[in-house]
Amino acid sequence: MSRPAAPDAHGSVAHQREEAPMSRPARALDLGLVSCHACGLVCEDVLERQGRVPCPRCGAALHRRKPDSLARTWALLIAALILYIPANVLPVMYTSLLGSGSDSTILSGVVAFWSTGSYGIALVIFIASVAVPCGKFLSLGLLLASTRRGSSWARRERSKLYRMVEVVGYWSMLDVLVVAVVAALIRFHGLADIEPRVGILYFGVVVILTMLSAMSFDPRLIWDGKDE
Amino acid sequence: MLKSFTNLVVCEHCDATYTRVALAPGEVARCGQCDAVLYRASLLDVDRWLALTVAAAVAFVIANVSPVVKISLQGLHSQATLWQSAAALAHGPAAPIAVPTALAIIVVPFMQVSLLLWVLGHARRGGRRAPGFRLAMRMLAGLRPWSMVEVALLGILVSVIKLSSMVEVAPGAGIWATAALMILITIVASRDIHWLWEFTDRGRPRGEGRS
Ligand SMILES: [Zn+2]
Ligand SMILES: [Zn+2]
Repeated sequence: MSRPAAPDAHGSVAHQREEAPMSRPARALDLGLVSCHACGLVCEDVLERQGRVPCPRCGAALHRRKPDSLARTWALLIAALILYIPANVLPVMYTSLLGSGSDSTILSGVVAFWSTGSYGIALVIFIASVAVPCGKFLSLGLLLASTRRGSSWARRERSKLYRMVEVVGYWSMLDVLVVAVVAALIRFHGLADIEPRVGILYFGVVVILTMLSAMSFDPRLIWDGKDE
Repeated sequence: MLKSFTNLVVCEHCDATYTRVALAPGEVARCGQCDAVLYRASLLDVDRWLALTVAAAVAFVIANVSPVVKISLQGLHSQATLWQSAAALAHGPAAPIAVPTALAIIVVPFMQVSLLLWVLGHARRGGRRAPGFRLAMRMLAGLRPWSMVEVALLGILVSVIKLSSMVEVAPGAGIWATAALMILITIVASRDIHWLWEFTDRGRPRGEGRS
């Protein structure tokens, strides 16, 4: 069950709503309010007069929008994109069986499952390691480009896209954990051994960078431009 | 003192401002503009919440002391716990990734459960705020995206399937405990810890912390 909170039971909010040219709910920014990003408390906005204001309830620094949101998001996204190349090219795992060893990359792992008929598991790894990171690159790129232009195109959908990026992002750590568990188990010296390789470091860093990139993006910026 | 308005809520995804309304159990208040969840009615009172957190603590201990997977190959046996898995990454050229892995699957869940035990243990005694309540609440909000118990569980399952063609694989007690921990931590450490602020406000002298 769901229902929207009554938007006009409060005097000043209702007042602002009537005066607004469009039927959009009043922004906290226009009402002279700011909400704490850590605890959600709605406070009077005095950031103009006093530079740094802590939240009276939890003590976190108040700000209207995440600081340098677009620049930080771009920087982290580009860093992640660059590292995504070695993450895919370099081996993530080394398997030795009875003296003969071989390196495997993320994609060769997917192919190996697929060719032995384990389609389900191949798909799970493909989604977590290829589809999710690539989808994140594209989504964040799209959000950044459209937000920079102040576009009013598909705002609601773009908000939903951002929330999806936030929710699915960390599942990409799957490959790192598979390498960890497998390497911890298979250590029969000489008979069979599995060791992590440097590719998994790059891959893990890519996942962390994309998570930080998504966290730096402020979804309120989507709604800050003018209506067209 | 900075003025604050506990009767208002601002959508953190689009900055739309609304007046809070009381919700029936299970109801969700959504933003009319961007459809994000504004707040939920909590299904748990503090006692139940604390009970589930204690259960999560027990699951955490079992998940971390007992092996998650056991294997055998030609009479040789091997097993791994969550900690050993993270530590296995620490050998070789990929060593630095062992740190965020250990944080995500062990340290962060541990801190979430400990902080909640601390905060809830005090809150149930008449809505009291624990020493360090503000810091604990901020940490709980900041830690949430880095807690990856569910990813660890999927990783264990994928590893089991991966290895089953090569060796004999048996699940350890740790895998069930990890599954239980995943469910419990999703319930107790979810986004909706905000209402603890309002709940503990009742246990404080009138007017303090408000305008
Ligand atoms: Zn706050
Ligand atoms: Zn909204």
